[in-house]
Amino acid sequence: MATDLETLTSDLLGAVDAAATLDALDAVRVTALGKQGSITALLKTLGGMSPEERQVQGPLIQGVRESVTTAIAAKKDALDRAELDAKLARETLDMSLPAAAAPVGSIHPVSQVMDELAEIFADLGFAVATGPEIETQWYNFTALNMPATHPARAMHDTFYLQTPTHDTRHPHLRVVEEARVLRTHTSPVQIRAMQAAGGDKPIRIIAPGRTYRSDSDATHTPMFHQVEGLVIDKGITLGHLKWTLETFLKAFFERDDIVLRLRPSYFPFTEPSAEVDVGFSIVNGKRVIGGSEGWMEVLGSGMVHRVVLESGGYDPNEWQGFAFGCGIDRLAMLKYGMDDLRAFFDGDARWLKHYGFSALDVPTLSGGVGA
Amino acid sequence: MKFTLSWLKVHLDTVATLDEIVATLTRIGLEVEGVDNPGARLVDFRVAKVLSAAPHPQADKLQVLSVDAGDGPMQVVCGAPNARAGLVGVFGMPGATVPANGMVLKVAEIRGVVSNGMMCSTRELELGDDHDGIIELAGDAPVGTSYPDYAGLNDPVIDISVTPNRQDCMGVRGIAHDLAAAGLGSLTMLYAGTVTGAGEGPEVRIDDPEGCPAFYAQGVTGVVNGEAPEWMRRRLIAVGQKPISALVDITNYVSIDLGRPLHVYDRAKLTGGLVARKAEGGEQVAALNGKTYTLEPGMTVIADDAGAQGIAGIIGGEHSSVGADTTDIVIECAYFEPSGIARTGQKLALTSDARQRFERGVDPDFVEGGLGIATQYVLDICGGAASEVTRAGEAQVPLRVGEYYAELTETLGGLVVAPERQKQILESLGFIVGIPRSEGPWQVSVPSWRRDIDGPADIVEEIIRIEGIDKVLPVPLPRLPGVARPTATPEQTRERRVRRAAAARGLNEAVTWSFVSEAEAAPFGGGAWSLANPISEDLKVMRPSLLPGLLSAAARNLKRGAGGVRLFEIGRRYLVDEEHATLGLVLAGERSARDWQSGKAQGFDAFDAKAEALALLAAAGAPVENLQIFGADGLWAGDAWHPGQSGTLRLGPKTVLAAFGILHPLTLRAFDLDGAVAAVELYLDAIPAKRTGTGFMRPAYAPPALQPVRRDFAFTVPEGLAADALVRAVRGADKAAITSARLFDLFERDGVRSMAIEVTLQPTDKSFTDEALKAIADKVVAAATKLGATLRG
Repeated sequence: MATDLETLTSDLLGAVDAAATLDALDAVRVTALGKQGSITALLKTLGGMSPEERQVQGPLIQGVRESVTTAIAAKKDALDRAELDAKLARETLDMSLPAAAAPVGSIHPVSQVMDELAEIFADLGFAVATGPEIETQWYNFTALNMPATHPARAMHDTFYLQTPTHDTRHPHLRVVEEARVLRTHTSPVQIRAMQAAGGDKPIRIIAPGRTYRSDSDATHTPMFHQVEGLVIDKGITLGHLKWTLETFLKAFFERDDIVLRLRPSYFPFTEPSAEVDVGFSIVNGKRVIGGSEGWMEVLGSGMVHRVVLESGGYDPNEWQGFAFGCGIDRLAMLKYGMDDLRAFFDGDARWLKHYGFSALDVPTLSGGVGA
Repeated sequence: MKFTLSWLKVHLDTVATLDEIVATLTRIGLEVEGVDNPGARLVDFRVAKVLSAAPHPQADKLQVLSVDAGDGPMQVVCGAPNARAGLVGVFGMPGATVPANGMVLKVAEIRGVVSNGMMCSTRELELGDDHDGIIELAGDAPVGTSYPDYAGLNDPVIDISVTPNRQDCMGVRGIAHDLAAAGLGSLTMLYAGTVTGAGEGPEVRIDDPEGCPAFYAQGVTGVVNGEAPEWMRRRLIAVGQKPISALVDITNYVSIDLGRPLHVYDRAKLTGGLVARKAEGGEQVAALNGKTYTLEPGMTVIADDAGAQGIAGIIGGEHSSVGADTTDIVIECAYFEPSGIARTGQKLALTSDARQRFERGVDPDFVEGGLGIATQYVLDICGGAASEVTRAGEAQVPLRVGEYYAELTETLGGLVVAPERQKQILESLGFIVGIPRSEGPWQVSVPSWRRDIDGPADIVEEIIRIEGIDKVLPVPLPRLPGVARPTATPEQTRERRVRRAAAARGLNEAVTWSFVSEAEAAPFGGGAWSLANPISEDLKVMRPSLLPGLLSAAARNLKRGAGGVRLFEIGRRYLVDEEHATLGLVLAGERSARDWQSGKAQGFDAFDAKAEALALLAAAGAPVENLQIFGADGLWAGDAWHPGQSGTLRLGPKTVLAAFGILHPLTLRAFDLDGAVAAVELYLDAIPAKRTGTGFMRPAYAPPALQPVRRDFAFTVPEGLAADALVRAVRGADKAAITSARLFDLFERDGVRSMAIEVTLQPTDKSFTDEALKAIADKVVAAATKLGATLRG
């Protein structure tokens, strides 16, 4: 009897192992465990046995059933897996095929540098101010201590605007008397910021924006970008100006070895006035800011002229301040190495992608203001 | 402003080296733009004598010379017609570089004859324009000496940039004065006495005392107007002035030397006396520069009985100018009101050395002195006899005394300078300093030649400038008290968000000109603001839209071979009322290139533009859910948009937040573009500001516990029914249950248009019953039926 069972078991396990498909495996299962199956038949014999005999034969027959059931389940898993593997193998693709490319956007260097400036100066408590680009001559010149016959006016290569023709959509607009100008610098924002502050509060602002001069050659474009800085407070001196510019330039170029050289100069709206040179060194034949192998003029600055304070509604006997102005395009060129200013305004997508910045390059103090 | 080192030393007694002088000039605010030593280029050129000259055997126009340049006879081939035995000229040794063309001379055969160097013309040495022959020096010039030494060319020319406030440094003496104050030596004495003449002075009067407060004149008779002396001509040439004649050169020399412009008239060409008067309207002057100027009333002229003889303080007239045959002259030394000179110069667009000096304000206390010096030069150089001086009017020399506190260098300038040192600096600059015995401000009197000094800040600048502005030490700006607040305005933050959102969506930010051509502006409503003085017609009107500039850029990119162009710009539009913050965006060429997955290349369509508009409006914080679609017609006067494939997104019927669509083919043609070009303009300043003041806390939120239910509805719709209207109606059919409605299919068959809409229903506290769902579906169908739609069976 025991030998019969052993033979049966080994026959069935052999059949399970030999089943090459799920159908064949199922046929084995039916042969063994189906209603007419050999194991089912054996189980049925248990009923006719004596209790003693059943006690011996029962576990043996159950054992055969278990081992065959387990073998069938294991075989089923193996066949399933093989079928899946075969299916996946049929799905194989050439993974070197190109993926669909999403277009790559970019931020213009001028915008990026403006954001960098805003971040650096925010840390020093400077807000960002703006003003119109089509300015009155009063804001652009007169209020800044440049009356009509001031020789400095002639040096500004000013664009003048024709008075707009009367527009029926805006009948309330009065025809302006004096020709407007395209602002030749961001300095008129000084006056506007002072007026907005009301003459009795300290001011710390930067004002980046478009400026215009009727000048066009290899290094000048009729439109360019400037940033103005203005601090009005009590007890402000040239020393504060120097510290602020040093701090700004060090943060902007992320270098500790920035050396500033102040030179006396003249701007009608500051007194005393200073041009600021920054030391550079030569690296691989290129001028790099930092060190002091040579000097590069980057900024105009000075203590706010009393006439300007008065124009802005501040009492010059009580308030003092400094102001500075700097070319943003030039800052970008010095930091990121572009050499042609005119390319800034051409909209060449190749240039924009090469010199532009990722949307994610948001300048932050913690992550760095340079990208 | 150029001057030579030797010229400077006429006024400055100094042992300082050139380098020290150059460094000091820049340090005290007289920025050195360049130093050039013309002699340095000519070290290999010598004075040489032509011993003999014989015809060249092979060439008619050449001669074979024997030249002695100090080392005995040398054979030289020369083509100059004036080359002849006995001539003393300038010889370039082999190895010398010819300044004009950079050629290095070497021993060479010219048509078979060996030539050991070159006899040079003035043009070859960049000493003048003459190229008709070789230089002819004086016969007794020492043969063999270095030519730059002989000619005094070893005199460095220093070029400084003089800021508009420093008229006093428009003369060499003023520069010397500043250097002396900076400790580089001492100022020499200047004799500026009146020349006592005989006989009545020239007849001179002033009819325009505002424009010309002082008009002094002195006559000289019997002059010979030959060449100015060598030293004067050499200095003038060195600084770029062409010598003309002794009399003209004298006036130019005094102008550069002392910053004092003068004018000399040929008395024989004058009719009657001279008068400084206002011009009559339309009066014309033929000026010394060969041009004729038509004057406006109010401009000051110097005239005789015949008419205007010059534009006062700016340029003299051709008619009464001096020439070789001039014998009797009138020397004018006047003071003109600076603002009048500036106005006249600006209106006539006429610059001159005289205008530059007068409009900055010459020393009003140096009218008599300037005239004396000029007359003395004339007598010394041209001979003749001087008349008495005629003095019409008087230049006001206002006594300008201001209060000054010595601590201002520290409280304004940030630099501590000892009071004694401050006093010393001011006095060395010509100020007179009165210090009270007890406490109190100093009384500082400003020198007459420093018209720019106006108040204590200027005095601080003078002291710091000389003491060294670079000595100012940095002082930290105090941190502002309290918590740091955002420093950007909400508008600026919005711009930054939109900019970075656009870049993140694959758009490239461009910066284009604020001005475009009239033709480019026309389709976009035309430019309200035109430049009166544009650089070119292409950059003439302030842009009414950002699209023209971007379209031009897109066209350039496509011409360069770009497949697809996605450009945007954030900037201003300039309308008649004001400037408007705007985003412009242009999509041109291929949206996607041909591809193994998606097949053929795809172009852009109006819905690409709409998608960008909505995404960027959302980034800008606009209430995108509440926007309504309107047509784009009427937005601009011109044919900007495709009439059937464009629209505007509005908040209510009037507030346009964006326009989008495909551009009109006629507009595209004007920009040299074809195919479908999509564009968006976002009106950033029309987007309502977010409500503030609620803090950072957000309203409480609990996600719904029950699953949403989706139901599809398909309608046939009447012609002209906008999809948006149907979707809105469906969404509004049951506001409590319907959370969204979305069009997911659209087709047309046999002239019947169908739209399929997926509706999402959100149960709140218990699941929808079949009855409830049926009721909602009925409401949806009813809402659609109102618009003429029919539920499809």
